[in-house]
Amino acid sequence: MNADPNIPTGTAVGKSTPKLENREKATGRAEYIDDLYRPGMVHAAILGSPYAHARIVSYDVSEALAAPGVVGVITGDDVPEGRMGAFIKDEHALAKGKVLYQGEPVAALAAETLEQARAAVNLIVVEYEELPAVLSPEEGLAPDAPILHEKLAEYIKVFDAGSEGNMCSRTELSEGDVDAAWDQCAVIVEGEFETEPQAHVSIEPCGALAEVDAQGRVTLWSANQSVFRVQANVCESLQIPMSKLRSLTPRVGAGFGNKMEPHIQPITVALAMKTGRPVKCILTREEDFEIVRARHPFKIRMKTGADAEGRLIARDCEVLVDCGAFADDSPGVMGYALLMSGGPYRIPNQRARGKLVYTNKLRFGAFRGFGNPQVSFASEQQMDAVAAKLGLDPIEIRRRNMLREGDRWFVGPKIASNGLAGCLDAVESASGWRAGAPAAAPGTKRGRGIAVSAHISGLLGTGAIVRMLEDGTIALNTGATDIGQGSDTVLAQICAEALQLPVEMVSVASPDTDGSPYNWGTTASRVTYTTGRAVAGAAREVLRQAMEHASEMLDAPLEDLELREGGRIAVKGSNEDLPFAAISGRAHWAKGGPIVGHHTLVYDQPTHDPKRSIALGLPFPQIGVFSFGAMISDVEVDEVTGQTRVTEAWSAVDVGRAINPRLVDVQIEGGYVQGMGFALYEAMVWDGARLVNPSLMDYKIPTSADAPHVHAIIVEDPEPDGPFGAKGAGEIGLNPVPASIANALRAAIGGTASKVPMTSERVLAQMQGGGDAS
Amino acid sequence: MAKKDVLPLHINGRDQEVFVRSDATLLEVLRDDLSLRAAKRGCNQGVCGACTVLVDGVPVRGCLTLAGACAGREITTLEGLSEDPITRALQEAMIVSGAVQCGFCTSGMLVTARDLIAQETDPDEQTIRKALSGNLCRCTGYVRIIEAVTEAVTALKAGATATQGDAP
Repeated sequence: MNADPNIPTGTAVGKSTPKLENREKATGRAEYIDDLYRPGMVHAAILGSPYAHARIVSYDVSEALAAPGVVGVITGDDVPEGRMGAFIKDEHALAKGKVLYQGEPVAALAAETLEQARAAVNLIVVEYEELPAVLSPEEGLAPDAPILHEKLAEYIKVFDAGSEGNMCSRTELSEGDVDAAWDQCAVIVEGEFETEPQAHVSIEPCGALAEVDAQGRVTLWSANQSVFRVQANVCESLQIPMSKLRSLTPRVGAGFGNKMEPHIQPITVALAMKTGRPVKCILTREEDFEIVRARHPFKIRMKTGADAEGRLIARDCEVLVDCGAFADDSPGVMGYALLMSGGPYRIPNQRARGKLVYTNKLRFGAFRGFGNPQVSFASEQQMDAVAAKLGLDPIEIRRRNMLREGDRWFVGPKIASNGLAGCLDAVESASGWRAGAPAAAPGTKRGRGIAVSAHISGLLGTGAIVRMLEDGTIALNTGATDIGQGSDTVLAQICAEALQLPVEMVSVASPDTDGSPYNWGTTASRVTYTTGRAVAGAAREVLRQAMEHASEMLDAPLEDLELREGGRIAVKGSNEDLPFAAISGRAHWAKGGPIVGHHTLVYDQPTHDPKRSIALGLPFPQIGVFSFGAMISDVEVDEVTGQTRVTEAWSAVDVGRAINPRLVDVQIEGGYVQGMGFALYEAMVWDGARLVNPSLMDYKIPTSADAPHVHAIIVEDPEPDGPFGAKGAGEIGLNPVPASIANALRAAIGGTASKVPMTSERVLAQMQGGGDAS
Repeated sequence: MAKKDVLPLHINGRDQEVFVRSDATLLEVLRDDLSLRAAKRGCNQGVCGACTVLVDGVPVRGCLTLAGACAGREITTLEGLSEDPITRALQEAMIVSGAVQCGFCTSGMLVTARDLIAQETDPDEQTIRKALSGNLCRCTGYVRIIEAVTEAVTALKAGATATQGDAP
């Protein structure tokens, strides 16, 4: 058995196996949360708060309870004091005592039909005492600001958050001496940047279905990125022992961070407990916009200095981040953004500081890229600005500064594999970089821009159980939710390869907190790398047991045995071998017991090296390994309207080893187009406290007519401890998109883009030299 | 609340009677009353296209179509296209090409793409992009979906040529 990247592979790894469940999806037979029904099931509807910030004075549910079909109502009085949260436990299952944003669920009910539920929910009467609202981080930090979380000091926090007033957390990282370094710089660029909130828009809205059995035990199905985070959040907020709740998953209609932490699961469970009936709650598209989570708006101040040869000397980055009403993943997003704010470069003097501030808006949270696209928008534009001042080619300045294998990342994490140089070479050559953008048609301008990025894959705990069935085929169980990206297939390929079986011989269990080993989640580009390691380890254990059986059965010492393709164990150099079926049969019926291998791990390499840097309020003490990427975008700008279109893009990503190359391609392509929407036109817009565009009519995502041709390029620089050398691919392809488009705009029309999205109005202002129009 | 009534429908080649509210949408009737759940509810506003089905052979949004307006008309869902050669060619191409990711848009995408190929036997890339632009996908960036449609067109043409060649 090997998971050694240097050993050739053949049965499964490196093949573009179609995803295991594709036929089910292509025939319309896949079941998502809204396709599940239970006997006696009732339907839920939610009442949202009309105020952004208010005290709840009283409830009157009598009229709603008397309405046709209604079987039960819950308000904040029905949920316990428990609070949930990934970094800071600040959120009840349902608003209790106060509401903190407009639309926040304040009550919910269940009725025999969905129509009855929706009609009755508006009969719930809630009396409020309105409070002044905080609608921006600046307002939140003002000395006389109304306080959102009066009990913030008492909340459980998993890291040194430094919370105070409305400041949810602060993080400060530094290395070298930034203040002293500016004197050594021949070139300094400085700027302020802003990004607006992006909505995830999984085509499947969030939903959940819960039922309580006769023993009072809860079974919960939901659209999720982690059955274990669902279990933890529901149990923390509703104060149920974790053993009393079973969390399961149907197929998931995509997750980009929106389905990782809780959405509607705690309310659905509370309703099922209150009514004793199975309760289904599927959000409307509008609710999905209004009450789940979105990408954080960032305000970024950045300063970069380099010597006369373009070698970076110093980088200073300050961010102000809108948290929304609850902490959710926000402290992690800000901390990660700061960690990535230098980009994949050697910078001897670096500082990154940030404040995360509660506001009376929808919670902001994890979204593919996790803060990295925002800081990359600033940092990669400054790389081009420095290059321009020195007359250097944008690719050349990146080559001069890029981190190399064996270097350390900002504040200390070790970098083992680094395919950035290969990514730069690949996009340079594939795009014909030196030829520049194609000639512009009359009335348009064209430009070509580059940006690079790095991203981690790793974090926290994961496990795998591999069982050899009686006939020698394999059952794999990891607890990792496949959100459509194909992790079930990739993990089956890793397992099959380790046992030298065709992938068809491996079944993959659906995640189930009763039967699956812990898996923190399908997030942080981590499943291939961390869960893949667990799968390889569990398969190794299965092989060890099988070898012991074979040794006895063939009467040969272990060191004389080898694993052969097709799942056979043989005496080296002979034709004598045993199929897994014979070995497993013996284990089941005669000797030793059924063969089961398991392996668990937690990512344990430190983020921070205190000998070289200072880190305050770092939310991830152990983070992960690094993937790298480089990207070139070609844009066309309409000189009259400012409308900007990407005509073609090249994106190269170093994934260590592509377990399934086609699935990596789709991550690169899909990441590009989602990033392009963020870069050019997607933005959630608030009018005061009210989100004004919570629908697909008013919030546009890219269509097939908008998407450019994206050339996906895979670069493989094996990660020494990755499964067969693999590391993550999920987010890296999105991070540099806004920056590469901004740099293409610089080439086309000049100037710096200070705001995302780069709407027609903003591009027009930039073209007219106005710069900063909002 | 709207009144319920018996509604005769012709779905996937079968006559069926459903007892539904007069304001029920076709999507609700298909999913909730007839357990035909290939069509998905993504936005309920006619934007995302995940609920696309055929009425008298024309793709419509199930969420914007009143079930009552479909009486006496031919309703076809993805389930009803399981023997349709164009649909089968598209399904096979999508399965191998990477066009299926989360799968939530896939049913609607297939019904729309099937209509395109039924109308136009040899669409170019721009025609495919335009035809599919009312079906949103958030996973793929559309590259592989367009590739799959192109491959299905090629496979169908090859099949048609082979059939003609075999003919006496």
